[in-house]
Amino acid sequence: MNLIVKGGYVYDPINGINGEKMDIYIKDGKIVEELPEHDAKVIDASGMVVMPGGVDLHSHIAGSKINLGRLLRPEDHRKDPVPRTRVTRAGVGYSCPSTYIAGYRYAQMGYTTVMEPAMPPLGARHVHEELNDTPIVDKSAYPLFGNNYFVLKYVREGDFEMLKAFVAWLMRATRGYAIKIVNPGGVESWKWGKNVDGLDDTVEGFDITPRRIITSLARANEELGLPHTIHLHCNNLGVPGNYQTTIETMRAVEGLKPREGREATIHIVHCQFNALAGDSWATLRSGAPEVARYVNAHRHVTLDLGQVIFTDTTTMTGDGPWQFRLYNLTGNKWINSDVEMEAGAGVVPYTFRKKNPVNAIQWAIGLELALLIYDPWRVYMTTDHPNGGPFTFYPKVIAWLMSRKARTDTMLEIHKAAMRKTTLADIYREYDFYEIAITTRAAPAKVLGLKEKGHLGPGADGDVAVYDIDPTEWRPSMYREVEKAFSRAKYTIKGGEIVVVDGEVVSTPLGKTYWIDVEIPEDLEGELMKDLEEGFKNYYTISLGNYPVEDAYLPLQKPVEVVGWR
Amino acid sequence: MSVYRDVICPFCGCLCDDLEVTVEENQIVKVRNGCAISTSKFLHHHENRVETPLVDGKPVDLKEAVKEAAEILKSARRPLIYGLSSTECGAIAKTIELAELVGGVVDNTASVCHGPTILALQTLGESKCTLGTVRNRADLIIYWGCNPLDAHLRHLTRYSAMARGLYTSGGRKDRYIAAVDVRETKLRRVADLFVKVKPGGDYELLSALRAVVRGYDLEADEVSGVPRDVILELAERMKKARFGAIFFGLGLTQSEGRHMNIEAAIGLVADLNHHTKFVLIPMRGHYNVAGANTVTTWQTGYPYAVDFSRGYPRYNPGEYTAVDLLARGEADAALIIASDPVAHLPYKAARRLAEIPTIVLDPKRNMTSMISRVVIPTAAAGIEAEGTAYRMDGIPIRLKKLIEPPEGVLPDAEVLSLIIKEVEG
Repeated sequence: MNLIVKGGYVYDPINGINGEKMDIYIKDGKIVEELPEHDAKVIDASGMVVMPGGVDLHSHIAGSKINLGRLLRPEDHRKDPVPRTRVTRAGVGYSCPSTYIAGYRYAQMGYTTVMEPAMPPLGARHVHEELNDTPIVDKSAYPLFGNNYFVLKYVREGDFEMLKAFVAWLMRATRGYAIKIVNPGGVESWKWGKNVDGLDDTVEGFDITPRRIITSLARANEELGLPHTIHLHCNNLGVPGNYQTTIETMRAVEGLKPREGREATIHIVHCQFNALAGDSWATLRSGAPEVARYVNAHRHVTLDLGQVIFTDTTTMTGDGPWQFRLYNLTGNKWINSDVEMEAGAGVVPYTFRKKNPVNAIQWAIGLELALLIYDPWRVYMTTDHPNGGPFTFYPKVIAWLMSRKARTDTMLEIHKAAMRKTTLADIYREYDFYEIAITTRAAPAKVLGLKEKGHLGPGADGDVAVYDIDPTEWRPSMYREVEKAFSRAKYTIKGGEIVVVDGEVVSTPLGKTYWIDVEIPEDLEGELMKDLEEGFKNYYTISLGNYPVEDAYLPLQKPVEVVGWR
Repeated sequence: MSVYRDVICPFCGCLCDDLEVTVEENQIVKVRNGCAISTSKFLHHHENRVETPLVDGKPVDLKEAVKEAAEILKSARRPLIYGLSSTECGAIAKTIELAELVGGVVDNTASVCHGPTILALQTLGESKCTLGTVRNRADLIIYWGCNPLDAHLRHLTRYSAMARGLYTSGGRKDRYIAAVDVRETKLRRVADLFVKVKPGGDYELLSALRAVVRGYDLEADEVSGVPRDVILELAERMKKARFGAIFFGLGLTQSEGRHMNIEAAIGLVADLNHHTKFVLIPMRGHYNVAGANTVTTWQTGYPYAVDFSRGYPRYNPGEYTAVDLLARGEADAALIIASDPVAHLPYKAARRLAEIPTIVLDPKRNMTSMISRVVIPTAAAGIEAEGTAYRMDGIPIRLKKLIEPPEGVLPDAEVLSLIIKEVEG
């Protein structure tokens, strides 16, 4: 079916279109230059905002970690049961939504692409099985590299070619999309109940530092020319004073030459959790201004917020030692799950409270990062779902970004630490619709290297969101309206198919899965396989032959070919 | 003749994946590396098969059987779907879709084995790891209320007591092994320490260990029949271990105290993590019972005992669990997949299955198929059909198809799809 989205105010930052009234044409699932009206279904978007489909580059929606969260929290599900309808499956929502509900709710907010940011390679099939049960959205997953035995081994040996070959091989074996690093070295040390305390600590049993792991993987990433940068969860997450580790980490890859067509070489995930200043919980203050100052002066860094929402949620990271720390801080229930040779994870329920000074400061830090970093192309809106809060609160974050009044109204309700220990009250900047389109779709698509996402130029995927709000009439004081409009898209179009009308799901096509396909030179691959066979025989509990994910797990796949060796 | 390597054994939760199976003319003739149970399962998979679909004991064609099954489920007020632990995940997913469609209850065999483990996890959490982490690191292993030498035959050599790994190159020599049970088992010959606990005394013993680990003085001379100095010494060993693991089985989950026992164990392990690294791992029985919980959880939010009668999933073990639903006489139709509840459930529940129209999907004849209104033969997953299974520690592995199923026999997932189509009309 051909579609014309007619007469809306279009925000398409990649093509420099800022609220112009124009029509969008979709043919065979792709955006085209023009179409005759008699040959297409016309959607009236006049007086409404039209944007490319939203792109979330960091949201824990699939795999063993979120599923442990679901398993752990029947009380969470009971807040939000979702019945079956004629077109949609039943399930549960809130902080650990079942897979179907996650897909529907993203689409209801106008999102059409979502990336699962932490895939333990041994659990890759699990991630893909869940992604296949997450309807509508296109997706991918980032395999965990930062504590993988072979990575640590090649880094220790300084064998750079083997490291690159291993990265390429594991991307294919897990059908992954980007290099995810979680607390490099720390998770390995956690298998002995220990952690690392910064970039230059020693990783238990390997005699290398987190700094070397990060710089080696970053260099491998750029030399292979992968579309996305390294996707890094820094050391010392959640530790007061950790903003210094974060800046040091960014500094560690300064001067690294990015692949062609991209300026960034490092993406810092959920930076809010890593921008804490002060030396204890009692003296905690925001480190966001320092982080923002560094980011503003250096083009090689991108980051996402990990914005805090005041609600009951479920924290889950690949950072086992941090989750143990959080368990001890809160006394809540605690899951730890170590994965042999590769990774680990932890899950702890957590409630961000308005009257808790630390939570109030955390809330402000996320917004400070978004507002103090001038270039919206390098700072992306996320809640690190569900760590800072469920993704369903994105419209609330949009309201905070677009309206100082929204921020002030919240600040008046929460602990005064948000005003005293952060600079948020002094910030007058308000995002406009163009900047929202950048931070929620155009910029993440660009940094992920997804050429057919995040824009509405000819050749782009026919992913369009229409929000029922008139940008010419709108004022920041009307922030509740913008929140409402972004919560329930008037229309969401995915691959040229109308999937949401008036905020209700009307159709549930299967989205595609992106993965990175790098060919490894034959002799290098031979050498790597010899090494892997030995390692698998001696240390793994499944055989190498049963490790790579089969095509059966990718009913609709989109391999992205990368030439890693020239 | 063809030889398949890296074959996965679809029997127990160990899901060993290093078997070598020789097939000649669509017959399995040889199995290497498998344990006795595994070898027997492969070599005898063709025996005792359901040969044709049956309705009321009379042979019918598949279409008719499917139609009858759909009719039963559609007209039932409270249909129960149960089993799932010995089939692949694709079939499990289909049962949930079907339960949703007919507004029924879907439950799996976890409700009569490690259900209490899950309840305890939902109360407190759990510190766990994959089996390879134990292989590579554990220098202290305790088997509590389980006997892998009889139930998970290759567990000790592949994953735990004897396994050699990254930091355990000496294998058995590098480890201290303890076993706790109510009677002496074969583990006594393997373990450095065998602790005989009084039946029903697990909770107390675990609590005593926890108290000692926390630094309290133990005043009693013995706890649950275990002398004071044995407890003190074991607690000390646990604290001093570099990496400790407790494997536990139904001796802990299905004895007096049930989920309370597991909570005591979880608490003990959590406390031990202040001293060293410690994990707790359930010995899951059937090869894909972990998968049944996993799939049900990602689709509904809940691991078992899920009721769709209101259109959305509700969870309440004890109410929506198969035994309770049947024993109360509440279920008025049942669909049983890949399990044999008549042989294993309590008498009252099993009897109810015989009273109501029951549908069975299974490769083999069993006691449940003998009392069922509709019997539909299916292909054996892992032998005649592909699919995913989750190991006891949550690792997903792809089962292989080695031979063709008997003519006209489809995998569980396909039969379920046909039933769904028929129900949808």
